[in-house]
Amino acid sequence: MTERRGRRTVTEETPDRSLRGEPEATGDEAAAEPSRLPVLKTYKLYVNGQFPRTESGRYDKLLDAQGRNLANVCRSSRKDFRDAVVAARAAQSGWAARSAYNRSQVLYRAGEMLEGRREQFVAELETQGMAREAAEAETLAAIDRWIYFAGWADKVQQVWSSVNPVASSHFNFSLIEPTGVVSVLAPEESGLLGLVSTLAPIVVSGNTCVALASSRFPLTAITLGEVLHASDFPPGVINLLTGRRSELVSHFASHLDVNAIVWCGEDAAESLRVQEESVRNIKRVVLRERIDWHGPHAESPYPILDTVEVKTTWHPVGS
Amino acid sequence: MPWTYSPAPESIDQGDLHQRYGLFVGGEWVEPRSGRWFDTIDPAREEKIAEVADAGEQDVDHAVRAARYAYERVWSRLPARERGKYLYRIARMIQERARELAVVESRDGGKPIRESRDVDVPLAAAHFFYYAGWADKLDYAFPGRRARPLGVAAQIIPWNFPLLMAAWKLAPALAAGNTAVLKPAETTPLTALLLAEILQEAELPPGVVNIITGGGETGSALARHPGVDKVAFTGSTEVGKLIQRALAGTRKRYTLELGGKAANIVCEDAALDQAVEGIVEGIFFNQGHVCCAGSRLLVQESIASELVRKLKARIETLIVGDPLDKNTDIGAINSEMQLRRIEEYLRIGAEEGCEIYQSSCALPERGYWCKPTLFLGASQSHRVVQEEIFGPVLAVQTFRTIDEAIARANNTPYGLSGGVWSDKGAKAFRVSSRLRAGVVWANTYNKFDPTSPFGGYKESGVGREGGLHGLEPYVALEPWVEIAAGARSAILAGGAP
Repeated sequence: MTERRGRRTVTEETPDRSLRGEPEATGDEAAAEPSRLPVLKTYKLYVNGQFPRTESGRYDKLLDAQGRNLANVCRSSRKDFRDAVVAARAAQSGWAARSAYNRSQVLYRAGEMLEGRREQFVAELETQGMAREAAEAETLAAIDRWIYFAGWADKVQQVWSSVNPVASSHFNFSLIEPTGVVSVLAPEESGLLGLVSTLAPIVVSGNTCVALASSRFPLTAITLGEVLHASDFPPGVINLLTGRRSELVSHFASHLDVNAIVWCGEDAAESLRVQEESVRNIKRVVLRERIDWHGPHAESPYPILDTVEVKTTWHPVGS
Repeated sequence: MPWTYSPAPESIDQGDLHQRYGLFVGGEWVEPRSGRWFDTIDPAREEKIAEVADAGEQDVDHAVRAARYAYERVWSRLPARERGKYLYRIARMIQERARELAVVESRDGGKPIRESRDVDVPLAAAHFFYYAGWADKLDYAFPGRRARPLGVAAQIIPWNFPLLMAAWKLAPALAAGNTAVLKPAETTPLTALLLAEILQEAELPPGVVNIITGGGETGSALARHPGVDKVAFTGSTEVGKLIQRALAGTRKRYTLELGGKAANIVCEDAALDQAVEGIVEGIFFNQGHVCCAGSRLLVQESIASELVRKLKARIETLIVGDPLDKNTDIGAINSEMQLRRIEEYLRIGAEEGCEIYQSSCALPERGYWCKPTLFLGASQSHRVVQEEIFGPVLAVQTFRTIDEAIARANNTPYGLSGGVWSDKGAKAFRVSSRLRAGVVWANTYNKFDPTSPFGGYKESGVGREGGLHGLEPYVALEPWVEIAAGARSAILAGGAP
């Protein structure tokens, strides 16, 4: 990587072609000796701890600025989404039943894996059109953001639960519990930091989720899936789909076995649609509009509270 | 020898009511611009008690404008401590007029005087008292965030706990610095109107609370009014969905406290006599007009026949009749419409094949009444198990294992409340932690307190009311970091911090 970065200083304008395996244009050197044919990476979905193709068999080309194809990205269908919700639902109670300490360690482990793949994420973001400096800043901030939320797993309960001094002879306390299965329309503009800042606060409390990746940075989401897969996340806790937002947004909002939806975006018409469709089962609707993912608002425990429920329990005191 | 009770009616001499009530807007009583009025009925006697205004769109607009004016000119500028002191005053005046409020509550809504006297009214006062103290302590409520009021809150409340729901809604809203327009339910407007008199007596600044009466159209106009910043609704899931839809795209904040179909789980190691009392409290309290009522009994098979026998015997002793009689356990059904709805479910339960057991008690000739009822042998797929009936009607099912009980309890679109009865502490904790519901009563049922957050999972609603958690729906949270930065730049610019 270091070597490639060194070369990049010479060919600043050239996007990184290495993902599609095209030999890098390095002048005479390439012509002089036949380069090794690189192995291409196929980007699929991440559902239930596996990497299936979309059941629909459809794909979208992901083009770079020059109009060359970077990848054939899975164009997920409603069925893919529904399958992912089944996986998320099956995983939810077990994930929530893990100790907070354990969830914290699983998240932390994923942070370690992210750090190890730093260069890959930078390169991949760059390939998808982000400037190198921005890609580096995005990746480092995303790793730190993930670690930040990992630490909340066993603290959020302490800060937001309460013992309530009721007037009768009862021991009464309120705890937070995960809302359940959350569907996510990830931010378009921030392929890694925005995605991580959206997913981590959802799963840290014990929710499971199905997210539709940014259509500008779909590859990053799937590579994140590999990171999650290589850490200790149980299958189905985080499911990542790629595809067309316009095709899927209604299903994300209307599915009756989804308890909450986190919508990141700017389109008012789409936001309205999400809010209206969510009424079918009174989903909790979380709207994240024009968030500066590097800013101070993005890093706080309050997003965790958007997808939790407060449960109050009464026990009599005395005989 | 059967027990007999002599009548012990509460006197209504303190419940002086006007013939007619206008709208309470901007601190004054005004005639409705709609020109319409409607009667409020005593459901135990089928008699008109008073006439109240039916607020139209113009009236709603008038009330929202009054609330906005009061918010901008008065309430948001008042020191937090002074806001709190108004709330303390209101709490005290509710206590002073407790008997009158209880009598009127029971006449207007049909609930037993014992409940309005011992539960509704004292809890209403307690709510104001509790939130009064929060007004000047909001900086300590939300770590790292400064709480700001939202503006004007539109609050639509149901007929089952009229005064108490008004207190649940108004107290946190005002403590956080909002002003409010409150719409009581069509069939039970009177105690909210008495509360308006109390607010006047307390010299609450005009427009801080506006109380407008009317039916569903009034509520709809209020929720949709563009001058409203927040909507708080308690009522049916059906109407809750209409409101959630109406608010889509408006950026108004909302809390919804909706229906329920709570399971009350009795394990074989429960103290049976206590459990029987808890089951009765769970479903027959307030005629079963309780969103968190324990309307599904899940009893472990090994004790089912014994428990049902005891339950039948206990039901036989319940006194159904005059809400104003201090001996009464079950009062009048709130309205004719609600009685029809319950009777429809009695028919459905029979059709579905349930065995119906009812108390042999006599019912008064006039008024709306329903005998305490059990549906025995109910199945999970029965409508009387799945749908909220909102009456003194209990569906009884059995289970073999705890896992089965929990699966059945959670097999509902609702998630407001639940109960578990077991003398094993570990089991009670385990069951309560696995119920997907916002309030769980272990070895007790239907207890409420202003410090105790209340609200549902799933289709039982969004948000919490009561306690510290009940403040959050009435505030916008700003990071202290930015406020501090703003203050610093003000200092640098030579301005006051």
